[in-house]
Amino acid sequence: MELIFEISKHGRSTADVPASDVPAFNIGDAIGSKYLRDDLDLPEVAEIDLIRHYTNLSRRNFGVDLGFYPLGSCTMKYNPKVNENVALLPGFTGLHPYADAESAQGNLQLIDEMQKYLCGIFGMAEFTLQPAAGAHGELTGVMMIKKYFEKKGQKRRIILIPDAAHGTNPASSALCGFEVVELRSNSEGGVDIEHLQSLMTEDVAALMLTNPNTLGLFERNIEKVAQIIHEKGGLLYGDGANANAFMGKVRPGDLGFDVIQLNLHKTFSTPHGGGGPGSGPVGVAKALVDFLPVPRVVKADDKYKWSGKFPDSIGRVRSFYGNFNVIVKAYTYIRSLGAEGLKRATEMAVLNANYIKEILKPYYDLPYDRGCMHECVFSGTRQVSESGVHTSDIAKRLIDYGYHPPTIYFPLIVHEAIMIEPTETESKETLDTFCDAMIAIAREAKENPDGVKCAPVTTPVTRLDEVLAARKPDVCWKRS
Amino acid sequence: MDYCPHTSEDIEQMQAAIGVAGIDELFADIPEKFRLKQMPDIPAALSEQETVSVMSDLAGKNKLPQFTLTGAGAYHHFIPAVVGHITGRAEFYTAYTPYQAEISQGLLQAIYEYQTMIAHLTGTEIANASMYDGASAMAEAAVLCAKMSGRNKIIVARSVHPEYRQVLRTYSWANGYTVVELPYAPSGQIDLESLQRKLDDQVAAVLVQSPNFFGVIEDIAPVADAVHNKGALLVAGFTDGTSLGILKPAGAAGADFVVGEGQSFGNPLNYGGPYLGIFAAKEKFMRRIPGRLVGATVDKNGRRGFVLTLQTREQHIRREKATSNICSNEALCALAAGVYLAALGKNLKRLSELNIYKTQYLKNKLLGLAGWKEVFSSPVYNEFVLRCPDSKKVNEKLKNEGITGGYDLQKNYPELENSLLFCATEMISKEDMDKVADILKR
Amino acid sequence: MSKQNPKDRLYSREHEWVVYYEDGTATIGITDYAQEMLTDIVFVDLPEIGRKVVKKATVAVVESVKSVSDVFAPVSGEVIDVNTALEETPELINQDAFGEGWIVRMRLSNPEELDMLLAAADYDEMLKEEKH
Repeated sequence: MELIFEISKHGRSTADVPASDVPAFNIGDAIGSKYLRDDLDLPEVAEIDLIRHYTNLSRRNFGVDLGFYPLGSCTMKYNPKVNENVALLPGFTGLHPYADAESAQGNLQLIDEMQKYLCGIFGMAEFTLQPAAGAHGELTGVMMIKKYFEKKGQKRRIILIPDAAHGTNPASSALCGFEVVELRSNSEGGVDIEHLQSLMTEDVAALMLTNPNTLGLFERNIEKVAQIIHEKGGLLYGDGANANAFMGKVRPGDLGFDVIQLNLHKTFSTPHGGGGPGSGPVGVAKALVDFLPVPRVVKADDKYKWSGKFPDSIGRVRSFYGNFNVIVKAYTYIRSLGAEGLKRATEMAVLNANYIKEILKPYYDLPYDRGCMHECVFSGTRQVSESGVHTSDIAKRLIDYGYHPPTIYFPLIVHEAIMIEPTETESKETLDTFCDAMIAIAREAKENPDGVKCAPVTTPVTRLDEVLAARKPDVCWKRS
Repeated sequence: MDYCPHTSEDIEQMQAAIGVAGIDELFADIPEKFRLKQMPDIPAALSEQETVSVMSDLAGKNKLPQFTLTGAGAYHHFIPAVVGHITGRAEFYTAYTPYQAEISQGLLQAIYEYQTMIAHLTGTEIANASMYDGASAMAEAAVLCAKMSGRNKIIVARSVHPEYRQVLRTYSWANGYTVVELPYAPSGQIDLESLQRKLDDQVAAVLVQSPNFFGVIEDIAPVADAVHNKGALLVAGFTDGTSLGILKPAGAAGADFVVGEGQSFGNPLNYGGPYLGIFAAKEKFMRRIPGRLVGATVDKNGRRGFVLTLQTREQHIRREKATSNICSNEALCALAAGVYLAALGKNLKRLSELNIYKTQYLKNKLLGLAGWKEVFSSPVYNEFVLRCPDSKKVNEKLKNEGITGGYDLQKNYPELENSLLFCATEMISKEDMDKVADILKR
Repeated sequence: MSKQNPKDRLYSREHEWVVYYEDGTATIGITDYAQEMLTDIVFVDLPEIGRKVVKKATVAVVESVKSVSDVFAPVSGEVIDVNTALEETPELINQDAFGEGWIVRMRLSNPEELDMLLAAADYDEMLKEEKH
């Protein structure tokens, strides 16, 4: 397809600008021509061509509304349309962030109630909604841990991170000056308790744990884990990427987690937008409340307002108050589902994942064969050894069957990992046809491996040369 | 309404296939004592109709002004209809990050086009797919400069948005860097002499904004020279992105990084978010910058296509050695920005001019009021600072008429008593501005 | 299949090779086995000339599309030259790891460290074990 620059023709435009109703003047004279730019090389396209350009681009893109999207660890559930509609209400979209509190009572009430709902669902003392995404929330959480020990006058250098963790965990820790020490998983895919015991000292600030972990397995020894950490004065951090596995069934606060970050664009149904906007609220136990980012919503005389008067706060991590309009959608979701609905969502998510696991077990290796939570992790090693077909080939072939591939090659501790997260909004029929496709591909891998390796064949482009893209990067179009 | 399609028959069949007698068996790994007996205290479920009604009531508790004279980092601009129609396409907004390039060409190409437009607008050579917002983009640029240089001091102009400086302080504290603030001169531009005094061989980066928080246009070229002479890097931000339609971009004046808030490009005010952080840089930093980058390449048949590239910079590969932990950014807001810029095209310059004309008109109107004085002498884009007899009273009077007044600078700059930062975009009419002057005359 | 490991040089357990010259300098690269494990190399981050490195410290970084690997200095010394051809054509390492794909030249500060390195036959043996 042509680029928008390639269909540009001088003299065309889509959006016009009203004539000035105030006196015009020579801007070069008024401002100084040295401050003005020489050229403005933006595309010039008529409205119909612009609309066709982007509409045709959209047709080269796959989303949840087009088909099943079992991307593990990303919780690609249905994005309810009513959420989108109410988020567009002018009362939510139109307010300037510096509108006075009196004019923003609806927004402030929504933020306050959202925080309270999250505290209730996850068993935490307080939440902040300021972080703009999960990784941003994680960074905020680790900053609070740093501040907690700073305030106590303790210099703890280390954060423990399991070998199966998301890459953001070590990155966030390092950005707060911590040294990362890797914690081994045991043969069941859980925390190796003995290894944890040997690593846990008074130099360890926290353990960052994803529970259920990235294998989709619930940490059976969670009570013991929390005890080992807390006995040495450490904190337990929960990566809430997998919150869709336990909402309404168990609360991280009750399990001993001191900090937890969520992803509203995963668990709470807000659309991921092709890579954001997300929202990454962080919940904390009582001992960490003082360190939450500012400003915080406070209520006095039945009126809400923002307050920055929290001297021990880590400060701000974003301008204004976070991705407010995303929070509106998540709030709408919670109100629509209610407590029972959230619990049912979790139950159906776990049911769906276990169902897929059982159906596909005979066809793909299952490195950790036990009851999973909201996602299951297979391995493509059997296919590699039988016919040289790799997980990446299986993923690409799924595209030809009309599915978005699962997450692949993660977690790192599983070779040729295939991580499937169906979510609760998919029907049994959808899961059955998806499993049929996976089974058909397993057969194709034996009978026609070269065919699988050529996939996808139904897309506008075939496999792209990533080596070329990285060796000779072309990240901005240049007029030739 | 829970959006689960499961019938009781489905559930029974699925349980049988798994080999469990009931749903609770699936949660057997959760220790019994922790299993939630009582549901969290959340209001009962609502039908769609009730949901709309509840949400409309909540939205209705907000009071929208007739118009606002506050900018200060978030700007009210007209959004052409095409923007919402494109970002509202479910193929875009219900997609995840484009990991599978073959079925994500639409978004990848749109982001590649966005990167190209942003690099051009900012006068740099490359731009990433977006950061969270202007403030975090600036903070991440500072952290990157420190990590690349091994230096640990960051100088930031006091004329940079107060909240950006707060975010910078948080990120710098976490990384163990020192932040030094740089005063502004009576002109409203940064104090170049003071900068030269503060620059030493421990300074990794100097952070400025142009237009700065006071609306004042900075003279970037001499700042860049001073910074580079000491081996430091210049990170230049901006306030309102539409200023780039007419002002010389900092990249063309020597800045190493240009970062800022892209909200002005087709994104509503939304009470502060979601917005998008623009992050652009000189080409030599391409393998170091944070965030996602889309690159052009070819497929097996030689057709042009796009992929996420240079991923070794990112946390999922570099882990604790990554210079940033960002994954999700603001892709849909960047898409909106791309559509907005393509829709305006060269008309962006006319829009910038209109903002300048309106601003001058408002400024003249207000300076005609008794006791109002200009605070800074340097040229401005669409914001300016005036000292008035009583800033609180001014905003109160306007509020009573349903108008949001200026941003009171005293809370961030104690020395700027009774000083208001005003903004006039194309959304303010001559009539509006005349009305403001009339109200304040009373 | 990896190429033969030439007998004219020494090897580290981290898959670097060293050719030592009488004048106290050495050329260093990664082995053919290493480049094969890394797959297509897309970028090499070379050190500045004059940088002093100690044995086992990172002297260069080699990137493929999905991985980043440190090249550890097999011996201590000062970097006296880098293979600038790798800036434009990092694939030289894939094509000719033992020749055109060399990475740095160093002046050794402690030539005795060479005694700790492996001869080609020992490195062959180590690879055989690693593959099992």
